[in-house]
Amino acid sequence: MSFLSQINWSLMMKAIQETLYMTIISLLFSILLGLVIGLILFITQKDSLYPQRYIFMILNLCVNILRAIPFIILLICLMPVTKLLVGRILGAKAALPALICSASPFYARMCMIALTEVDKGTIEASKAMGATNWQIITKVLLPEAKPALISGIALMGISLVGYTAMAGAIGAGGLGDLAYTYGFARNNLVVTYVSTCFVVLIVFVIQGIGDYIVKKLDKR
Amino acid sequence: MISIQDVSKTFSTHEKQVEALKHCSLDINNGEIFGVIGYSGAGKSTLVRIINQLERQTSGHVFIDGVDISSLSKKDLMKKRMKIGMIFQHFNLLWSRTVKDNIALPLEIAKVPKDKRQEKVKNLIQLVGLEGRENAFPSELSGGQKQRVGIARALANDPTILLCDEATSALDPETTESILDLLTKINHELGITIVLITHQMEVVQKICHRIAVMSEGEIVETGTAKTIFEHPQHPVTKRFVKDISHTGNIERIDQELKTLYPDGVILRLTFDESISDKPILANIIRQTDLPISIVNSHLTHSIAGTLGVMYIHVPEKTTKLDQFIELLVTERVKVEVV
Ligand SMILES: Nc1ncnc2c1ncn2[C@@H]1O[C@H](COP(=O)(O)OP(=O)(O)OP(=O)(O)O)[C@@H](O)[C@H]1O
Ligand SMILES: [Mg+2]
Repeated sequence: MSFLSQINWSLMMKAIQETLYMTIISLLFSILLGLVIGLILFITQKDSLYPQRYIFMILNLCVNILRAIPFIILLICLMPVTKLLVGRILGAKAALPALICSASPFYARMCMIALTEVDKGTIEASKAMGATNWQIITKVLLPEAKPALISGIALMGISLVGYTAMAGAIGAGGLGDLAYTYGFARNNLVVTYVSTCFVVLIVFVIQGIGDYIVKKLDKR
Repeated sequence: MISIQDVSKTFSTHEKQVEALKHCSLDINNGEIFGVIGYSGAGKSTLVRIINQLERQTSGHVFIDGVDISSLSKKDLMKKRMKIGMIFQHFNLLWSRTVKDNIALPLEIAKVPKDKRQEKVKNLIQLVGLEGRENAFPSELSGGQKQRVGIARALANDPTILLCDEATSALDPETTESILDLLTKINHELGITIVLITHQMEVVQKICHRIAVMSEGEIVETGTAKTIFEHPQHPVTKRFVKDISHTGNIERIDQELKTLYPDGVILRLTFDESISDKPILANIIRQTDLPISIVNSHLTHSIAGTLGVMYIHVPEKTTKLDQFIELLVTERVKVEVV
């Protein structure tokens, strides 16, 4: 196992921490933002609970535009905003705005799909019971969509790990950064492979947790 | 009383306009089980959905106990809806909630305090006969049990009206029977007005006091169950009445005859109008010399003409019997072995 001695483990640990930090923080923000946006999209669309053509159109357009911009370009486009918000354009924290801007529209779209898949009949039944829109959202829509919402979180978490690696390449730190600057640029491929193993491990853990929760929740 | 007055409903989609209801008027008395029957697309669902304003009429009025419900404010309408239970063909239960939580949903919506809720749910579970299944999830229940949950849920806020949209259409005949018994019991014991929509004649025949027949958005006939069955006026009604005398009854007769004549062969012969006035049977009996006995027969007159059904019993299977059947078939009589 002598090749492992080529690895600076304290750097590796730091990189793992940075990756987890970026993933978790951006995940939390994106869940919140994505859920709100997805919910608004769902209820304002035609024939839904609270149809609002213009709100829907504008929001939908924003989501589509953000989803269309490749992450690496978004990262560059957002640099001025990042500087304003975070104060610098390097480091794990500086990657957060771009990560969130990229992940929340993605999750918003998934929320919308999850909510659309809720049986229309149950919404109708709750309307017939005299439920308000808010009651329908909190008591019917969200609980019924929960497994899909959770598996969406897992999916988003996994793509976020990928995005953090890309962000790493332009100086955000984390495993991607390590793999690129130490491994590729300095021709130390062992570092690249080991970093990759950790990335894969993180992805597996996220998927595993997601699958487990969905299985627990899904009583269909 | 539910009073539907000159209600029309037009759905506009991009391509065309659908007139789902055309000037419908109907009075439903308190405490009665009122059936609305019609073929698919007749506008039945639209009609009930207008009663609780899930659908807003294009014109006309709906009064419930004298109150024009389309004039109610949003808030008052929601209050009113709590007093109008509804059950559905596909039950529409929340899969994420257990039986007792499903039944508690309307109580939560009505903001009933928790301890009262639990007591209420317990009583409802007893009423619909689901003791022991409180903590099951809908996916663990049979269709009939799911509909019982649906009924309990619909009754949670002590409604005065229960709307049933094809509530038994997804169930087998036996389960249908038990659900209909439950509905009758609810009507009887709680005095709830039931509006029951269906395309199954057996259902209205079994439990409805009065019936309206719908066709293409119009109510074409209204009357008591008895008058509708004995003197159907509109062609659609006649078709329904004809359907039932040929499906519902036949199964029953088959069963009865089988128990009466456990041995030998029972044949069901069906004649249609073109041949029912010829002496076919007499001729064939003479030719084959088969010892038959006629055990049941009836004629149905309808707009489609006269239809005769006759049951005959033969003590044993012989070549004579085969010959007999062959001759009948050549005379275009439908022969079925029961
Ligand atoms: N939301 C809607 N938009 C457009 N057309 C509709 C809508 N709902 C119903 N219709 C149309 O209105 C007519 C009556 O529909 P309705 O659902 O009331 O029929 P039904 O008698 O309940 O039929 P079924 O037995 O199939 O349930 C149909 O032609 C249907 O296509
Ligand atoms: Mg219908």
